Amino acid sequence: MQEELSVQLKRNVEKIRKGGNPKYHEQLKVQNKLFVRERLQLLFDNGSYQEDGAFANFQEGELPADGVVTAIGKMNGRTICVMANDSTVKAGSWGARTVEKIVRIQETAMNLRVPIIYLVDSAGARITDQLEMFPNRRGAGRIFHNQVKMSGMVPQICLLFGPSAAGGAYIPAFCDIVIMVDKNASMYLGSPRMAEKVIGERVSLEEMGGARMHCEVSGCGDYLVASEQEAISVAKRYLHYFPQNYAEKPEKKDGAKQASLEPLEKLIPKNPNAPFNMYDCINTLIDEDSFFEMKKLFAPELITAFSRIDGNVVGIVANQPRVKGGVLFVDSADKAAKFIQLCDAFHIPLLFLADVPGFMIGSKVERDGIIRHGAKMIAAMSSATVPKISVIVRKAFGAGLYAMAGPAFEPDICLALPTAQIAVMGPEAAVNAVYAKKIEEIIDPKDKYAFIQKKQNEYKEHIDIYKLASELIVDEIVAANDLRNVLINRFQLYETKEVLVQKKKHPVYPV
Amino acid sequence: MEVLSSMAGTVFQLLVSKGDTVEKGQIVIILESMKMEIPIESEHSGIVQEIYVTEGDFVNEAERLLKLV
Repeated sequence: MQEELSVQLKRNVEKIRKGGNPKYHEQLKVQNKLFVRERLQLLFDNGSYQEDGAFANFQEGELPADGVVTAIGKMNGRTICVMANDSTVKAGSWGARTVEKIVRIQETAMNLRVPIIYLVDSAGARITDQLEMFPNRRGAGRIFHNQVKMSGMVPQICLLFGPSAAGGAYIPAFCDIVIMVDKNASMYLGSPRMAEKVIGERVSLEEMGGARMHCEVSGCGDYLVASEQEAISVAKRYLHYFPQNYAEKPEKKDGAKQASLEPLEKLIPKNPNAPFNMYDCINTLIDEDSFFEMKKLFAPELITAFSRIDGNVVGIVANQPRVKGGVLFVDSADKAAKFIQLCDAFHIPLLFLADVPGFMIGSKVERDGIIRHGAKMIAAMSSATVPKISVIVRKAFGAGLYAMAGPAFEPDICLALPTAQIAVMGPEAAVNAVYAKKIEEIIDPKDKYAFIQKKQNEYKEHIDIYKLASELIVDEIVAANDLRNVLINRFQLYETKEVLVQKKKHPVYPV
Repeated sequence: MEVLSSMAGTVFQLLVSKGDTVEKGQIVIILESMKMEIPIESEHSGIVQEIYVTEGDFVNEAERLLKLV
């Protein structure tokens, strides 16, 4: 009898583990997708994990695990919780028990204070079950409520393997990082079919909510990958930079040699208006193979990346003068705000590398709300209490200085390279602004040129970096080639930084 | 295929003429904006069929600069 029962159990478990109808498994192959349990095999160490609620909706017969696997196990030796949709079961849609399982694995992650990874591939709500899964206390809304609660408590990672539709699209939206598989991942509130029916728009899925679109244009995606295997290895790499939860600090590794041995001095051009490649500069400062960039394809005029400097994790926010002159735009400000918050939540010190002509001006960006978006970046930077080092690489003009952790925002130190210039605006713009009328009055072009040159030179003397250092505006001037060593030393020395936050609920964030 | 302006600014230098062959990634125009030189790279290879701007023109973000065939 006992034996019979265990045989029966084994048979039932096997049935559940097979997932949905074989024809949907065939479809996965055509789409270059892996079956959910193959994904979990790759994600967990030795492919081993403990599953919760495998028998959900078992008696219904056709809905193995109710279309979602929730599990706990080790990844890179660290405990993680996982939710993974099974698109072979009713297209990975959410029924009442699917939602309950997701809510429970979130609660587990919160109780254990461990990261959670969402492997998303789901058509959204199961309309036939809506009363049981949509509006109630432990309905789908609770998933998002939990995500918001967990935000900044434990790392939340989303791997988008397929669709993430309608309400389900908010799972990625509330994660710290969204890794999207090109061609297969998509995210949208209304499908193209719905858009045509409801608003009359004809648009392809790729244009509407494809992975590339989200990584380049909307900014909903952080990392575009070519395959599911790559997505999983990117998630593993990402988590190396993070502690298990907010109460811990990121793990220090052994220091490595720097990524590039080129002298930094040579990479910064003499002409302050000429572009250069900030990636090359970053490579002279960080450890080899330690660069992990967030939102590489989105707002590339600003670089946000995790790295290691002598083995310590450092978040880098750097202007990229090669793209749009390194000017800050609506999207770059948003990108920075989220990155800075993410670093601050998990004790990742921040390095700002400034070469910024300012925030963009003009009617286009004012209508886009450049001031409102810029305020988000400044608020995030200002309220970050992790060690912050600001380095003025070349120019830091206008509110650009503020946004890049300028002296007023209590960076632990504001360093200037000898090429640094700090001012409300550059010499050309300033002379034009102050002397516009006078310049207009001078008729002889030679005299006009001479006057402008004279005023520009006076202005340059006024913003000379030694003058700024002697006024204690910048704290130190550092030779470019010494910068890595200075950063290594200072980040180590600032490790014990602790800022007591003023007693209040929270700031009213500009959004 | 068109080359569009990446941001608002003034056309500082036109580096190509009608009939020129352009490679993907080649700098075709330099804008001046926010007192910075902003190189505009072509996202496609092709032959310049039309130039919509002259040096000194103001262009807004996403305005067309060149047409390639």
